[in-house]
Amino acid sequence: MHHLADRRLVSSAYLGGSAQSDLTRRNKCSAGQAPALGITGMPGANDAFVKFSDVQKTYDGKTLVVKKLNLDIARGEFLTLLGPSGSGKTTTLMMLAGFEVPTQGRIFIDGRAIDNLPPHKRDIGMVFQNYALFPHMTVEENLAFPLKVRKRGKMEIKDRITRALDMVRLGDYGKRLPGQLSGGQQQRVALARALCFDPNLVLMDEPLGALDKQLRDQMQLEIRRIHKALGVTIVYVTHDQSEALTMSDRIAVFNDGLIHQLASPAGLYEQPQNAFVAQFVGDNNLLRGKVIDMDGASCTVEVSGMGNVHALVINAEAVGRPVLISLRPERVKLNPAPGSLPNTLNARVEELIYLGDHVRVRVSVGGHDLVIKLPNSDGVQVHEGAQLTIGWKTQDCRALDAG
Amino acid sequence: MAATVAQTAGSEKNMLLRAELRRSERWGKLRAFALVLPLLLFLVITFVFPIGRMLFNAVHDDTLLTLMPRTTAALAAWDGNDLPGEQVFAALAKDLRDTWEQKTMGSVAVRMNYELPGTGSQFTSSARKASTLLTGPYKAALIQIDPLWERKEVWNFFKRGASPFTAYYLLRSVDYQYGADSQIVATPPETAIFRDAFLRTFGISVGVTAATFLLGFPVAYLLATLSPKSSNLLMILIVLPFWTSMLVRTVAWVVLLQQNGVVNQALVGLHIISHPADLIFTRFATIVAMTQIQLPVTLLPIYSVMKTIPPSHIRAARSLGAGSFYAFWRVYFPQTLPGIAAGCLLTFILCLGYYLTPALVGGPSDQMVGYFIANYTNKQINWGLASALSALLLVATLLLYYVFNKLVDVNRLKIG
Repeated sequence: MHHLADRRLVSSAYLGGSAQSDLTRRNKCSAGQAPALGITGMPGANDAFVKFSDVQKTYDGKTLVVKKLNLDIARGEFLTLLGPSGSGKTTTLMMLAGFEVPTQGRIFIDGRAIDNLPPHKRDIGMVFQNYALFPHMTVEENLAFPLKVRKRGKMEIKDRITRALDMVRLGDYGKRLPGQLSGGQQQRVALARALCFDPNLVLMDEPLGALDKQLRDQMQLEIRRIHKALGVTIVYVTHDQSEALTMSDRIAVFNDGLIHQLASPAGLYEQPQNAFVAQFVGDNNLLRGKVIDMDGASCTVEVSGMGNVHALVINAEAVGRPVLISLRPERVKLNPAPGSLPNTLNARVEELIYLGDHVRVRVSVGGHDLVIKLPNSDGVQVHEGAQLTIGWKTQDCRALDAG
Repeated sequence: MAATVAQTAGSEKNMLLRAELRRSERWGKLRAFALVLPLLLFLVITFVFPIGRMLFNAVHDDTLLTLMPRTTAALAAWDGNDLPGEQVFAALAKDLRDTWEQKTMGSVAVRMNYELPGTGSQFTSSARKASTLLTGPYKAALIQIDPLWERKEVWNFFKRGASPFTAYYLLRSVDYQYGADSQIVATPPETAIFRDAFLRTFGISVGVTAATFLLGFPVAYLLATLSPKSSNLLMILIVLPFWTSMLVRTVAWVVLLQQNGVVNQALVGLHIISHPADLIFTRFATIVAMTQIQLPVTLLPIYSVMKTIPPSHIRAARSLGAGSFYAFWRVYFPQTLPGIAAGCLLTFILCLGYYLTPALVGGPSDQMVGYFIANYTNKQINWGLASALSALLLVATLLLYYVFNKLVDVNRLKIG
């Protein structure tokens, strides 16, 4: 059942093209299928608000920064492009904003191709990492800028500025210059400026990258709140996976110019489709092995030194092929009742790392290191050097491409 | 009551804290002062003192007071209406004898020639003849020697000499002088040249500044937005002339612009003009050569400010709905103003002091104040006038700098 659901998750963003036949093969479950409804309840491609159709981008004519991108974004959705630097996520955003031109393919907004539409006619609000507030204008003048360009009336401009400032809780800061505000305040002004002219689409390019952690957490909730209140479509770029998980309706994981998985935060975390996503999103134990038996949805993988591991078939091709097994640290049980779990192994505790809300236990099993997360709730008595058994369910252990 | 006591204790504590802070910072301050001391001394000795001395010369001249002490003193009582009395003439005869004996009559003659052209030689001959005049009455005898001593403006001139300070040089710098009764009158048109020279200097400076700005701004923009590889090459091309001596560059313009120079030969060769045009020794040549020399000075500050403007500002403006020109004009350009102010002000101030380039490629009517200052310093040896011209130029520059700063309001722009 899980398997089926996973297939549907990625179906609305298939990855294809000759340049990445390898990945296409790996993701063949999703490639070429008719767009279908994802389990997150997002509309299909036909009423997509933003649509990338076979978009490619190269800067130097040699390497593709974005490879054959197909992506549908629904109206009112909060979609995050997540990936390491250089993965093509920002380029994708810039093509949508109109600052970069796709070398191939088309982009549609609301059914209209925007290839020849200059940035200022796209009606897209944009928030930048370094805020990009105009330093020679006061906060109010900054907010008035998009409204003046649109030749709105004086009263309307004033009214909208007041409302936008109230929305980001900076009502008293209108007369200040950006240089007199803190980083968090500046970013809230930038947010208000990108929203005050009622754009249908707002793009955010790592807007919280320059803030410290506490402020970032606070701003994440603020942006989420504003998104819910206004119902505006937001495309958000970040390399911070926890940020993506906190805020998004759906997340597109980018690497090397390709979307490796498009899913809801829960889907992405619980059911990574390939080794890259498993590695990039959250912590994972990754074990290299070889498939020795396949039985429908589950398979048996031989991991050298550890013996056989029962795992869910996700991206395993056939018996005899190498696979990578991913196992979330919090899914591993310590000292399970004998016979209660299909995977049970003997392990030795190597190291304990105290992290407040949980304890990370590094154990060694047949020459492999595994990390286990223990919630700091029932006062688990583990000490370094102890011998114990560990175990996990077949569903928690996914056999993926060998990476 | 208790609150007052607490407050007093608090303020005492504060004072103690401040004293401690001062003590802890004293060493740092001393160190900082010691570090700047050599440069400070160097500047005081080589810059502040000479300039101060030079400016002092503009209002100070005690030639008459020291060389004609009796005459200037005796004239203090003179009412300025009729010719002075016998007593003054006696003092004059004594002073004339002294200048003759001490061979200082030349200095007085030079000083006289500044204010009363042509009287210098009359003074010298009077001194020579008066050296034998040993007994009175002097008045008739001296007038007999030279009718110079009947002229009231001469007596007024010596009366003004009683003060070691004079406004003559400053008045002369703006084309005024003393009349026969020590009243201030306009200099006759044939010698009134300085107001024109100042206006010309400002005109040429404004022209050159505008030209460097118009030519430099787009290049600075290109430099700031180009990829580092191409911008480095362009930058070298721009600063390369900057490393060449100004004299060499000016002479290069002479070669280019002269009657049979490269430009004229090319134009004639291409049949654009039939006869070589007058390019050299014109205002045009002056402005072209100065613009070429000053271009990097205007460009570099603008470029360095442009470099600090993040490209995301333009992008933000565009995404907010501004067309590319509107975004440039409302968002980018205002942020470059501090650079424009710095670059243009620097060029303008440097232009005010130009001397070499107009002297080599300009005509007689293209000479700037710097030329006159050099002329009075080196050739005419009229340091008073040279100092007065310099002082006026300096004051005008400072005034302009102040006004410009107020107008552009650089401080507001630097925030953020």
